[in-house]
Amino acid sequence: MMLIACPWCGPRDESEFVCGGEKLMPRGEAAGLDDAAWLERMMIRANRRGPHVETWWHAKGCLAWFAITRDTLTHEIAPEGAP
Amino acid sequence: MSAFRLAGGGAVDRARPLAFTFNGRALGGLAGDTLASALLANGVHLVGRSFKYHRPRGIFGAGFEDGNAVVQRVAADAPANELATRIELAHGLAVRSVNCWPSPRFDVGAVAQLGARLLGAGFYYKTFMWPDWHLFEPSIRKAAGLGTAPGEAVDDAAYETRFGHCDVLVVGAGAAGLIAARTAARSGARVMLVDDGFAPGGRLLADARQIDGAPAQAWIDETLGALRAGGARVVGDATVWGYLEHNMLAMVERRPGAGLRQRAWKIRAKQVVIATGAFERPIPFAGSDRPGVMLASAARTYVNRYAVKPGTTAVVFTNNDGAYDAAADLARAGIAVTVIDSRAEPPDGATARLSGLPVDVEAGAVVQEALGRGRVHTAVVADRGGAARLLSCDLVCVSGGWNPAFHLASQSREARAVWDDARATFVPQSASSRFHLAGAARGTFDLQGCLAEGARAGAAAARAAGFTVAEAAVPRTDGEAGASIEPLWFVPPPSRGKKVFVDLVNDVTVGDLALALREGYDHIEHVKRYTTAGMGIDQGKTVNVNVIGAVAAMRGLAPDAVGTTTFRQPYVPVEFGAIAGHRAGMRRTPVRRSPMFDAHVAAGAVMYEAGLRWQRPGFYPQAGEDMAAATAREARTVRTGVGAYDGSPLGKFLVKGPDAVRLLDLLYVNDFATLKPGHGRYGVMLWEDGLVMDDGVTFRLDEHSYLLHSSTGGADRVHGHIEELLQLHYPHWRVSVLPVTSQWANVTVCGPLTREVIRAAGTDIDLGRDAFPFMTLREGEVAGLPVRAARVSWTGELSIELNTPARHGLALWQTILAAGKTFGIAPVGSEANHVLRVEAGYISTGHETDGVVDVIDLGLGRMVSKTKADFIGKRAMAIGRAGNPVRRELVGYLPADPDRLVPEGAPVTPQGARTHSEGFVSACVRSVALGRTVALGLLNDGRARHGETVFAKLPDAVIPMTVVPPVFHDADRARVKG
Repeated sequence: MMLIACPWCGPRDESEFVCGGEKLMPRGEAAGLDDAAWLERMMIRANRRGPHVETWWHAKGCLAWFAITRDTLTHEIAPEGAP
Repeated sequence: MSAFRLAGGGAVDRARPLAFTFNGRALGGLAGDTLASALLANGVHLVGRSFKYHRPRGIFGAGFEDGNAVVQRVAADAPANELATRIELAHGLAVRSVNCWPSPRFDVGAVAQLGARLLGAGFYYKTFMWPDWHLFEPSIRKAAGLGTAPGEAVDDAAYETRFGHCDVLVVGAGAAGLIAARTAARSGARVMLVDDGFAPGGRLLADARQIDGAPAQAWIDETLGALRAGGARVVGDATVWGYLEHNMLAMVERRPGAGLRQRAWKIRAKQVVIATGAFERPIPFAGSDRPGVMLASAARTYVNRYAVKPGTTAVVFTNNDGAYDAAADLARAGIAVTVIDSRAEPPDGATARLSGLPVDVEAGAVVQEALGRGRVHTAVVADRGGAARLLSCDLVCVSGGWNPAFHLASQSREARAVWDDARATFVPQSASSRFHLAGAARGTFDLQGCLAEGARAGAAAARAAGFTVAEAAVPRTDGEAGASIEPLWFVPPPSRGKKVFVDLVNDVTVGDLALALREGYDHIEHVKRYTTAGMGIDQGKTVNVNVIGAVAAMRGLAPDAVGTTTFRQPYVPVEFGAIAGHRAGMRRTPVRRSPMFDAHVAAGAVMYEAGLRWQRPGFYPQAGEDMAAATAREARTVRTGVGAYDGSPLGKFLVKGPDAVRLLDLLYVNDFATLKPGHGRYGVMLWEDGLVMDDGVTFRLDEHSYLLHSSTGGADRVHGHIEELLQLHYPHWRVSVLPVTSQWANVTVCGPLTREVIRAAGTDIDLGRDAFPFMTLREGEVAGLPVRAARVSWTGELSIELNTPARHGLALWQTILAAGKTFGIAPVGSEANHVLRVEAGYISTGHETDGVVDVIDLGLGRMVSKTKADFIGKRAMAIGRAGNPVRRELVGYLPADPDRLVPEGAPVTPQGARTHSEGFVSACVRSVALGRTVALGLLNDGRARHGETVFAKLPDAVIPMTVVPPVFHDADRARVKG
């Protein structure tokens, strides 16, 4: 079970969270894309092996939605903007 | 004292004899014995029969590494597949053999050995496939298998779960683990030390070693004392069986006291020291599975720790130096010992260990076969030239080298197994910053090295956890044999047809491995699955490396080219009850109850879950009624009179703020900007991919406040969806969402007499049709209780939902039922509600919607705003519909036989043929309005096919149905709006 750092509550057990999957482009920004690009950005998950940015909902906690960088291979977690 | 018990030594209490029975025979042992050591003390070697061939089997190891001596305790709640080596002897213990009948000596199932040719590797894929495996399966399952599951359910109070937190978790309290824990604890770190033995000490308990000039036990006691005094937590008879993400480790503690069978721990450790030791591996040869053949380390354990002689005349068969210390200990205990060393020239450092002892060493020879039936009586020893001679013996001790216990490091995914030629084994290599390997678990097999490494690992772990560690001296040990070894994976049999068992637990032979390779299963993971080698209850602790080595030898590869298999959790058997802990029954999934729950139960309602763990009344059977009769009566009551339905579980959200309407317009396909305060609107919510997510009515309470309703089952996902939008996509919007589902109770009064009942209960709300029209909301009182009354309907009848703060729910429910008595009111459950909504053609998310349905398919296309620039799902829906693909559209079905119910989910296929479906039935009920069965469903191009006959394809029938519009009652909604 992973330990996920909620921006409000600090590190908490994974069981308190719901995974929102890979973080997508904000809807507003995506509006200007043509259909093919929009589908690519909003519907297709890259399913990366390695670090990717994903969202989590602290559903059994403070209800915050936030993004983290997680390495899908090692489960190493870093803040969203981290390399 | 029994014949095989030594007069002195060992950690058994000669003053405390214990009586036990084995297969009904009364035997005696001592406090401190395991069942295995007590059996050996009585000269009992034949313990049971093997899994597949029913061969006689005995005690092979001294702990978890032994999967051979499987027994069954005679107790109703005893688990299956307990190991004799892992049962602590207790007074009155009663145990029997498994897998044999009538006794291990005369086992009828042993005829399996005659048919052995049919039972080779993968036999269940081949031999018994024609005509059908399932014909053979029951008898094969009965013949195989080991123990029996508990005869009665174990009380869940016998288990508990618990969390543990520490700075440094040390796994294994052998020499390396003890000193690691002591070193870490000195720094002030919170230390937890876990050991899977009945007493801490690991091999120190078995090897009769000296530390700082005194028996090792003194050092163990002193170390433990210091640890406990310093506040460290020491847990014995417990196994860390899984290494999970972010240093979460799963542990099972056996018999932790307080009447518990097992306690499951989830431990979050800042740092971990893995000091899990190593397992000796055998050298398989023909007959090496016979009782009387055991690991040299196990024999040494029995002599030193339990003061038991496992035999009187022993052959120690080895390919390495370490077994010489075992041979010496056996000889000192008075056992006549001959060492057979497969190496041409054993090093002096090894043979010197035997100086002064009457032990013969024969180098350059192997044990080719063990003869005997229930017990070995002769070893066939062959030299390099192939000349064989017979050696009388009643014990063969075998040592093929040592395998580090690799499971935790492997599961961490931060270590790899690297082949080491000098030690002839796989050793873990890791650069992890989360754990530290120490001692035999790292491939360091000498005691002095284990102590040095343990101290180093304990210090490193404490430092990594943020503590400062002072250097401390490592104690000095006495000497021991060296570690040189020449790998020998198995000894070929003297003649074809003699089996060499590499995996005793699953009866896998060297021949099976060769067969797997011949048939093309050359990857080690395939070899493992095809032969089941290493997949028994011991998980191949001792033999996995033999399997790898044997496969490597047969394929002409180095062992590291073959590689290791995955080390899976759990490392030792864990009872399901322990993993569940207290989370049994209702405590596993807590249920939700409306404030009216007790009233439903008192009225005889059949309660069940209906979405998000809400307990709801399904129906309220009266005397003599079954479910169908009660459902029909309740539905008829609503159509002709009045009913009351507990609508409390419906999802409710307060949406508040200047941007509330922006949010609603984003969430729903339809417009909300035009909704006036006090009015409501039905809306459909899509996912971003254009598919239907949820539906419900939203009321505008005032300028900036809305009450949004979701489906009962959809409440959590709607909540998550809205929060995600507001927090991640539109954080600048000034609007908040508050779930208020449980704050409100809902009494839905429905049927033509709805107004009469509410008036009879007493209300200050004008219920007149014009004063309180459909899709409006009024606040006031009913029977003196505060209510929000809403005119919505999901039944196809006039309906008023009375929402009241939850604390008034029960009173309101009882008041309405009392006031409605003269009008023939009946409480109505979910079943009748389902009938009513299907008749009225109202969709239910999850019934009529699945992963492909959009809002136009549901016939709700007219709701979709044409003016809004954006709403969730708009773009994807348009893209999905480009090119006018065939869509599945909502339709009604009338089965040709008006009595026939079609199961939900039944596919509709062209002409009822066994082919791709063109639609399905989503709901089918006995309509009280039409007096026949009616159904809803989806059908390709369904709206253009009204009047057509289509066919539901069931496994045993084809049901013709007429396609009709999806509404069977109140099509013009005159009753709903009346």
